[in-house]
Amino acid sequence: MGFAASVIFGLAALFAIAWALRTGARATFSGQARSLAHDIPLTASFGLLVIAIYTFVAIAAPILAPFPEREIVGGQFQAWSAAHPLGTDRIGRDMLSRLIYGARNTVGIAFATTALAFVVGAILGLWAALVGGWLDQALSRFVDALMAIPALIFSLLLLTIFGTSVLTLILVIAAVDATRVFRLARAVAQGIVVMDYIEAAKLRGEGSWFLIRREILPNAMAPLVAEFGLRFCFVFLAISSLSFLGLGIQPPTADWGSMVKDNATLITFGDVTPLLPAGCIALLTVAVNFVVDWQLHRASGLKEQ
Amino acid sequence: MIALRIALGVGLLFIVSLVIFGATELLPGDLANELLGQSATPETLAALREQLGLNDPAPVRYWNWLTGALTGDFGVSLANGRPISELIGARLGNTVFLALYAAALSVPISLILGILAALWRNSIFDRMANAGALTAISFPEFFVAYILVLWLAQTGLFPSMVRINPTTTFGDRVYMTFLPALTLMLVVTAHMMRMTRAAIINLMASPYIEMARLKGMSPLRIVLRHALPNALAPIINVIALNLAYLITGVVVVEVVFVYPGLGQLMVDAVSNRDIAVVQAVALIFAAAYVALNLLADVLSTITNPRLMHRR
Repeated sequence: MGFAASVIFGLAALFAIAWALRTGARATFSGQARSLAHDIPLTASFGLLVIAIYTFVAIAAPILAPFPEREIVGGQFQAWSAAHPLGTDRIGRDMLSRLIYGARNTVGIAFATTALAFVVGAILGLWAALVGGWLDQALSRFVDALMAIPALIFSLLLLTIFGTSVLTLILVIAAVDATRVFRLARAVAQGIVVMDYIEAAKLRGEGSWFLIRREILPNAMAPLVAEFGLRFCFVFLAISSLSFLGLGIQPPTADWGSMVKDNATLITFGDVTPLLPAGCIALLTVAVNFVVDWQLHRASGLKEQ
Repeated sequence: MIALRIALGVGLLFIVSLVIFGATELLPGDLANELLGQSATPETLAALREQLGLNDPAPVRYWNWLTGALTGDFGVSLANGRPISELIGARLGNTVFLALYAAALSVPISLILGILAALWRNSIFDRMANAGALTAISFPEFFVAYILVLWLAQTGLFPSMVRINPTTTFGDRVYMTFLPALTLMLVVTAHMMRMTRAAIINLMASPYIEMARLKGMSPLRIVLRHALPNALAPIINVIALNLAYLITGVVVVEVVFVYPGLGQLMVDAVSNRDIAVVQAVALIFAAAYVALNLLADVLSTITNPRLMHRR
């Protein structure tokens, strides 16, 4: 199986580059950056390298892609060739170009959604923990009720009601995910709001917004950052799944989930091309998971000292 | 204790039904407006409102919907006017079959792998299993499904599409549903295995295990007879959570394998914006989810005497 071999070779090459970069970083940096480079495991440096590559591709997509995202440039389902390195899709668009633009669309939308879910969920969670009382009870019970419905099912219900467009997709997934962020932010903040410095700030007459922003948030940052990585993975997979089901990002926008769906017929003929976008999704999720794993390990290690 | 938990579960189910029904009330206009869109004339709007019963106040409509759902009458589909119970009928059985099949494959395998990983912790086997689990969690379901199609269906061993009708025999069903069930198994096994391993390793540090070890018992016997019974509660919880996860996994997998189940029905209904069908299927999925979580709580209470006979 030549293709499997080239995938394994590609991953090995990425690991080798990650290893080389880590060694290089250890040699060149000094001080804090050096100690960071010293205890980073190979998996995490691999993860960081992959994330860096995806970010670069997403930003430089128009320069890297040989053809425009939406233009029909050849026949349907053309095989891999010099002109179209990964062939063409169902209606004759260049696969490689769409794969490259997909990095921008799919990852960008997933990132925006996670960020929105975090802003809403974290602020509400910290606020609920700070104010307490009936507001906390009302918000928490409301979130409990929403979380009793499986996330994908609830998203599907909301998408039926509001229709499928990129904006509603972002809002719906962010709303569903904000409930999970709310839970974590509230749990973390509950340990913080009983501290003396919060009491002192309250006696100084500071308002809620100041307390959340300047007193609670900096102390709740570490678990929230690790959670951001995990949430990004979930959101990314959720959006890809919905796009795969034809209910997420709509054509002609290039998107990895719907690219798999559109060209899936090729798989039954033994062609691996439609698996490439799915592989891109999987690789990024694994990479983020590796980095989060390292961060969690680091955070727990610091606590023990 | 258990009665209280069950009562809470029923209450939760009631709230869930309220959320599922209430979600439609979030529409800026109303359902009739949304369905007809630009082409609406006042007459058709009024007719559709009458047909959907939108002229009644919301609490009345909710009551009618809920009592109907409890007796198996979910109303009619907005897309083709057929009764929803008829659409759901056979599909519900198919989906339950697929979920149970996947559970029957994944629960024993993940328990065995988890116990072995705990027994041989920090060995090559343990590390491979852990890395494999982390990777499997990161893969989208459709990726796993298509890899299986590419490898197994290509060889002609298993069909890549599931054609089930009421006359299909049980053996054929098991054979044809193998690939979807295998996909679901691969997706949920990782998490269950990791949690089984963690639960057992957690217990291995406790004094009574040390005592058993000092008595000269074999490691396998210690794990099976001493650690496992006490690790049951967390393991049951994780199994139930993953079975609940199967509910959402089923949606994507059914679409990949063109499996005639509830997930496929729901996806079709969402793209048609057939809100009545979506509500009905969402209620069934959510009820199964709540019920599984309830079952997990009850079972872990039963397996733990300290929770069962609380002073």
